[in-house]
Amino acid sequence: MAPLISIERLSVAFNGVPVLRGVDLSLQQGEALGLVGESGSGKSVTWLAALGLLPRQAKVTGSVRLDGREILGAPAAELDRVRGGRVAMIFQDPASALNPVLTIRRQLCEALALHRDLSGEAVKAEARRLLDVVGIPDAKRRIEAYPHEFSGGQVQRIMIAMALAGHPDLLIADEPTTALDATIQAQILDLLATIRREMGMAMVLISHDLGVVAENCDRVAVMYAGRIVEEAPANQIFADPVHPYAQGLIGALPPLDGPRRRLTAIPGTVPDPARMPAGCAFAPRCSLAAEPCCVAAPSLAPISDGRSVACIRAEASRRALLGMAAE
Amino acid sequence: MTTPLVEVASISRSYSMRSGMFGRNTAVHAVDGVSLAIRKGETLGLVGESGSGKSTTGRIVLGLEPPDRGDVRFGGKPMAAPGTPAWRAQRARMQMIFQDPLGALDRRLPVAAQIREPLDIHGLGTSAEREERVRELLRAVELTPAHGVRYPGALSGGQRQRVVLARALATKPDFLVCDEPVSALDVSIQAQVVNLLCDLQAQLELTLLFISHDLRVVRQISNIVAVMYLGRIVEIGNADDLFARPEHPYTQALVSASPAPGRRSAGRIVLSGDPPNPAARPQGCAFHPRCPRAIARCAVETPVLAVVGADRQVACHLVTGPQAETRDAA
Repeated sequence: MAPLISIERLSVAFNGVPVLRGVDLSLQQGEALGLVGESGSGKSVTWLAALGLLPRQAKVTGSVRLDGREILGAPAAELDRVRGGRVAMIFQDPASALNPVLTIRRQLCEALALHRDLSGEAVKAEARRLLDVVGIPDAKRRIEAYPHEFSGGQVQRIMIAMALAGHPDLLIADEPTTALDATIQAQILDLLATIRREMGMAMVLISHDLGVVAENCDRVAVMYAGRIVEEAPANQIFADPVHPYAQGLIGALPPLDGPRRRLTAIPGTVPDPARMPAGCAFAPRCSLAAEPCCVAAPSLAPISDGRSVACIRAEASRRALLGMAAE
Repeated sequence: MTTPLVEVASISRSYSMRSGMFGRNTAVHAVDGVSLAIRKGETLGLVGESGSGKSTTGRIVLGLEPPDRGDVRFGGKPMAAPGTPAWRAQRARMQMIFQDPLGALDRRLPVAAQIREPLDIHGLGTSAEREERVRELLRAVELTPAHGVRYPGALSGGQRQRVVLARALATKPDFLVCDEPVSALDVSIQAQVVNLLCDLQAQLELTLLFISHDLRVVRQISNIVAVMYLGRIVEIGNADDLFARPEHPYTQALVSASPAPGRRSAGRIVLSGDPPNPAARPQGCAFHPRCPRAIARCAVETPVLAVVGADRQVACHLVTGPQAETRDAA
């Protein structure tokens, strides 16, 4: 089956400093892909670059195909139909994504008028319907309210309603629940899952929270320093992570039940993009690093069905993990 | 049993807030009758969502803000009046760590000078001793003297939080209030700081009040955990036991809402309704409008913390009321 969207060798540099260094990703119709990594790993930049949302000084190379058509560097008119229409995006800070001096109705109707052939009463009716879909109570009256009259969770619901206005095939959710309280986060994730099921929409969930990604995605890609280091089905990556960085991330997460153990922290910090080490970017922090790791950056290679890893020590890393389990 | 190092007896604090330009002043009860006791060398974790009053509780315990009612005792003695020498001496024994290390540090001063500042303020040691103490503190938080000469802007987030920690430890305090100390850090760096905090606590016999919304981090570091909802403690107990067997419906929802790798969201309790608004506290049990198990009594009568089991207190009619007994019988 042809993928809905496929990204190949996508690279981004800001003022000559590479921040994204060759990302390959593809997404099937209706699939949910999780993108995890720490700040600066390039999770958000990947999608901002793919949709042509980066400022002009960013140098973007590679290829992004939507249904086989190249959209990287496509003319503005074509991108306008893609963004908000075929692919919608929601962000971490919903409050700053809405205009504070316009009513919700104005902003929702604007999105509808841009992407749908609706006019007059039909637009308003559709706006009300969307608010109902995302669970804003009393939509008929609340639609005339301003953003500040809603709570944080409700504002994110409104952002989701606006994202749905163009009937997108793909929703990019960039840390959609990071600013929200735990019980509200559960509500929003529940809503996204319901909408995805009902509309058959594909989703990319960008998050630093491994738990959020694990529970809401089919497949997970782990990013480090501008590259994908491991890609696997969601249930496998947590049970059996292969890349030392993925293992480190999971080991660093305190357990919520069972005995307490000392957290296995990854030593050091993420490398500065302007002074990237030669070879594997994770090698300076990696306990399994060997000499060849510092020579050439490993490429993402398949290791089994649906799994790929960018690590020349993948076998050793796996053995180390199994050895630990056997002890 | 020894007397606790920190004792908090039914403290309350309300602020007045005006709604709209001509609106009437309304009282917001940020903290409402909170009692806590922390024994020396132990960590009490305080969890809750935004607006639950956990930070205000931390500020009152530290004496940064006076309570309207109730009192705080430190080392068996009541808190001294602010500004007095006794207060200064007491304050040197208790310190605070905030969420945003960049906001807590002066951007125009090398970090070693900032770690030294509390020593200067409290007049501890000679100049040479202070220099030595700064080197010792940098080592304790796993930084090098080379880090000391840098400015906060030249350090990473994790390194900045280590500097804040070093500064807080400068006066050899007995008690630390940590308000979301690792929430702004990436997972791998968060683990480094949590490990460091655990090590330092064991070495220095520190007593901690650890405030966070992150249940995992709180469980990792705490002996006792208190769950707050709209200014009140709704459940308190042993950390492991509380997260394994939460009794209060709100704690149950919080634990269930915490995403876990390898578990699909089946069976998750998703609360309906909005996050609580401290300015419009519901009658009766503040949680009843969102509670999936609320009964008529919950809307009328405010439940109080009651002992259930060896190591647990819960404020919920369903757990402590007659219903609970019939449930057990059935």
